[in-house]
Amino acid sequence: MSPPGHPVAVRFDGVVRRFGDVRAVDSVNLEILDGEFFTLLGPSGSGKTTCLRLIAGFERPDGGRLFLHGADSGALPPYERDVNTVFQDYALFPHMTVEQNVAYGPMIRGVPRARRRRLAMEALEQVKLAELAARKPAQLSGGQRQRVALARALVNRPRVLLLDEPLGALDLKLRQQMQVELKALQRQVGITFVYVTHDQEEALNMSDRLAVMRAGAIEQVGAPGEVYEEPRTWFVASFVGASNLLTGPVALKLMGAPGAYSVRPEKIALHQAGAEVQGGGDRAVLDGRVVEVAYLGALSRARVEIEGGATLTVVLQNADAGHRDVARMQGQPVRLSFRRDQVRALEATEGAPA
Amino acid sequence: MTGAASSARRRLSSFLLARPRLALAILLAPPLSWLGAVYLGSLASLLVQSFFTLDDYTGQVVRELTLSTYGQLLTAANLDIVLRTSAMAAAVTVAAAALGFPLASLAARHARGRMRALFYLGVLLPLWSSYLVRLYAWKLILAREGVATWFVQRLGLLGALEAVLELPVVGGPSLSASYLGMFVVFVYMWLPYMVLPVQAALERVPPSLLEASGDLGARPAATFRHVTWPLAFPGVVAGSIFTFSLTLGDYIIPGVIGQSNLFIGQAVVIHQGTAGNIPLAAAFSMVPIAIMAGYLAVARRLGAFHAL
Amino acid sequence: MRSSRALWAAASFALLFLHAPVLLILLYAFTTDAASFTFPPPGYTLRWFAVAWDRPDVWQALGLSLRVAAGATGMALALGTLLAAAVFRSRFFGREALSVLVILPIALPGIVTGIALRSGMSLAGVPFSTWTIVAGHATFCIVVVYNNVIARLRRTAWSQVEASMDLGADGFQTFRHVVLPNIATALLAGGMLAFALSFDEVIVTTFTAGPQQTLPLWMLSEVVRPRQRPVTNVVAVFVIAVTLVPILLAHRLTSGTETVAGGGK
Repeated sequence: MSPPGHPVAVRFDGVVRRFGDVRAVDSVNLEILDGEFFTLLGPSGSGKTTCLRLIAGFERPDGGRLFLHGADSGALPPYERDVNTVFQDYALFPHMTVEQNVAYGPMIRGVPRARRRRLAMEALEQVKLAELAARKPAQLSGGQRQRVALARALVNRPRVLLLDEPLGALDLKLRQQMQVELKALQRQVGITFVYVTHDQEEALNMSDRLAVMRAGAIEQVGAPGEVYEEPRTWFVASFVGASNLLTGPVALKLMGAPGAYSVRPEKIALHQAGAEVQGGGDRAVLDGRVVEVAYLGALSRARVEIEGGATLTVVLQNADAGHRDVARMQGQPVRLSFRRDQVRALEATEGAPA
Repeated sequence: MTGAASSARRRLSSFLLARPRLALAILLAPPLSWLGAVYLGSLASLLVQSFFTLDDYTGQVVRELTLSTYGQLLTAANLDIVLRTSAMAAAVTVAAAALGFPLASLAARHARGRMRALFYLGVLLPLWSSYLVRLYAWKLILAREGVATWFVQRLGLLGALEAVLELPVVGGPSLSASYLGMFVVFVYMWLPYMVLPVQAALERVPPSLLEASGDLGARPAATFRHVTWPLAFPGVVAGSIFTFSLTLGDYIIPGVIGQSNLFIGQAVVIHQGTAGNIPLAAAFSMVPIAIMAGYLAVARRLGAFHAL
Repeated sequence: MRSSRALWAAASFALLFLHAPVLLILLYAFTTDAASFTFPPPGYTLRWFAVAWDRPDVWQALGLSLRVAAGATGMALALGTLLAAAVFRSRFFGREALSVLVILPIALPGIVTGIALRSGMSLAGVPFSTWTIVAGHATFCIVVVYNNVIARLRRTAWSQVEASMDLGADGFQTFRHVVLPNIATALLAGGMLAFALSFDEVIVTTFTAGPQQTLPLWMLSEVVRPRQRPVTNVVAVFVIAVTLVPILLAHRLTSGTETVAGGGK
């Protein structure tokens, strides 16, 4: 299944992991390619962290097989896998300095002191933290500790790097900055990154490919654009970004065929009531009334009640409108339109509102 | 470490990691077998012994199961011992609670930072100091020529002291050989055991609760009765477990600061000593266990286990 | 928070009540009165310290107490740590019962533990000696070490252990480089408390000793039948000092230690 010339770094073959009666990982099949930035995305309890821990070796599969670079590795202890982890709480050793933390892997391998010092300093320079080498973790900020954790993992040149929601504790600006840096780092170092997060924006931004997980199973795998624009299920459509669900007679009328459809709020255009809509037959048109509008600075989000009583959420850029214009929209009759080819037919609607 | 040794170590580590139950068994085996064989085994043998009897004529222990030794416990003299000890334990518990509560209260609520640490140490140090030294100190104090008498004399209360010593239950030939003296020493010894759980319980009461009570119109006394005390009570019960149990089993204090009337602990020592009546000694030692088992059941119901 | 004067008065009285007796012993160690406990002391002298120094029975008792405490502490450290490690991470049948079992030797009245051990040992035909004293002491010292170690283990982030193994260290290396440094001070504190506990113990010792005398046994015989009261006072002062130091140190070692796994959590 992998494209020719792209070896597989990690392969899950029907992997099962149970905790008591709960199947945290439920017969998962997955291939992560060598050198890609792969994200496991899902809400808490979806099994994404368990999958990561299975790759690292902190959990053993109860069923199925796990392959690392072609070798069946499910039973290998963590210290014999060519995999390193950046933990969610960073897990720095409090009784060691930053440099000693980073040099830990080489120290265990028996690398002589001078050489491992050099390796540690190189890794610290890569994350721009060389001047703090003599400090202890307690003296660092959250962002700094995170970089140390990264350096400590990378210094061993693993073939796969695992990151367990590493940016969760950072504030927004720092998070965004780190996203850019991590992506650049991965390109630079060239190894496989497996990233776990519940933040879909992070996943879309950083990944080469991502997998959306729910209740221990993968719902969809693909490149960010693909997953966002072609969601297969309602869960994927509503978890990755926001979406409107069209079903029943309204869907039949607008799309010409029965079924369930997902249409993104930003793909819906808002017109004056009764306006003529360009694009003719390619666009679906319907009328409604704005029941609620929220001004979000760069964007506005409006809920529009359409025929049949359903509401659609529409997101508009405030390109020409100011906040007063937005406020005036409240209660107004409007016309909505969207391109039919930007609407996705869904295969499953589990979890959708009635 | 040589290559061979380290890889053997790794193999052992991987072996154990893959078998968590075996690793657990290896960890548990030494302490469990020690506690099981040495301690539980001894307790079991004691229990068994309490079902044997001593043949008065031969002076040997008859190894036949019978309840007659327990029957001996029910004689007036022996019942007296049990009641006397229990009464003292109860009195000591109440006094320790009364004396310890203000101290715990202060340490928990009103002292900050360094003061609180000092209070904590101030209670902890006597707890861990030598039992005998502390007892010996009281022997000094209660001696006829000692500090207590001197103090009472200076206060002009010597007559009152003599009168108290004349009292039937509480008094005795001197302070250092009276129930009053014993009572004071017991309270002194076990006070820290009462203060610590009460302090911990009080520390867990958020100040906002007391402020809310005041805000709703309750005066300090009412707040204490309706808010503070119910929340501190499990701590008091937890402390009382120690004071009660420790008094029940003690034989040294009654021996040093007591009279000829026996306490349970002394009865155990005497019977197992020269008399060699191990069964009766064993039966006597079951009494505190039984009392404490019942006490613990009640205490658990009152929430004391969360305050330990 | 305002505190009433009555509260302060009651609390101060309680504190005074707790500490005055021992301070008085300090005073009495210097008295010139050899025969009684007259207050106030008629005079002050240092000579009882010299007299105590020359008493061979005191030195013997002290030596035995130290040896017993060392042995009991060693055993308690080993058994208590193993137990803490087992209970800490695993859920197994009887786990709660185990926590009760380990505390039983110290929770049951000393007389019960003492007589139980004595009866068990004589049933097993073991003669009473220094070893039986050590055995008795080790049994109730285990819980002290166990409590300290498990409290520290619970405050240590488990992710550190996983991180260490992730970085290439096997279980034993992880214990040496990561776990041990984390619990070192808790082990030290537990060991010192166990030492103090053993050094001072008298009831169980009475029942498990042969002809030997530990220092508390010596003191007990002096309390019941005094030979040279001032010497007893001096020894008492010495015992206070010896048990004070480990307790203060143990307190310093276990207060205010924070775990920093590195997380911003």
